[in-house]
Amino acid sequence: MSDALIETLLKAPYVAKFGVRFERKGDELTGVLPYEEHLVGNPLVPALHGGAVGAFMEIVASGALLASQTLVRLPKPIDVAVDYLRPARAADVYARAIIGRSGARVANVRVEAWQGRREAPVATLHGHFLIKPEPVDN
Amino acid sequence: MPESLQELLNRLAPLIVDGSPHAQALGLALDGLGPGRATMRAPYRKDLIGDPDTGVMHGGVVTALLDHACGVAAFSGLGAKETPATLDLRIDYMRPAEPGHDIIAEAECIRAHGLIAFVRATAHDGDESDPVATASAAFMVTRPSKEAAERVRKAIETGELT
Repeated sequence: MSDALIETLLKAPYVAKFGVRFERKGDELTGVLPYEEHLVGNPLVPALHGGAVGAFMEIVASGALLASQTLVRLPKPIDVAVDYLRPARAADVYARAIIGRSGARVANVRVEAWQGRREAPVATLHGHFLIKPEPVDN
Repeated sequence: MPESLQELLNRLAPLIVDGSPHAQALGLALDGLGPGRATMRAPYRKDLIGDPDTGVMHGGVVTALLDHACGVAAFSGLGAKETPATLDLRIDYMRPAEPGHDIIAEAECIRAHGLIAFVRATAHDGDESDPVATASAAFMVTRPSKEAAERVRKAIETGELT
């Protein structure tokens, strides 16, 4: 657990601006992106901006890595691949991450984002993050 | 004489940012727009910082900038009729952007046919040969995008929108 870094992550100006928050149960973490008009990408559809949803999933990936282990600094994205499955409507978005592998330097993470129905995700992310775990004393 | 694609793009250019609340919230700017090409800028802003220790803007700004620039290049590549939806967006983050520097994304639609467009983009903070990130994306004209374009056409016809 890296509670102090989770605070740092959520207090970063960009993250705070968009009101992202985490709901935690032990090492399980669900991200919440509360709906605001400034998240809309195309008001004609209307749909949330793909970049906003993608960025939110990156934040949730970092949050999940920090909730699962002790890291000494914030994870840094190396690469991400985002699939957009449905238009994200003008409503709150939720996301949860699955850590595929978390090694000494790099972590592989998948994130799923949904709105009304968990079974109908609006987007998924798959990415690699540079991490720095706390050194283990032997 | 019928309107050329470049003339149509010039007419639509003000809507590229003003028509998108999220692009406005991030302060994005359109630096260039041509057939199948778009250059967009994310000006450095303190309220978009991701790491308070370094002052580097959040990766989400790069993500949104690249998604928007790629979407505009796809829109233009498909003939500037309907706004296509992002199918997928893959980003490689090469290095952190310099604090204080604007980030510029150059997007090019390398193929557009029917309903699908493929786009490549590079984001840099001043030196194009030293990118901050690169992206590869696919876009598609979906049913909601066709319906939205139809609503705009009707609104223009009835004079609700000019």
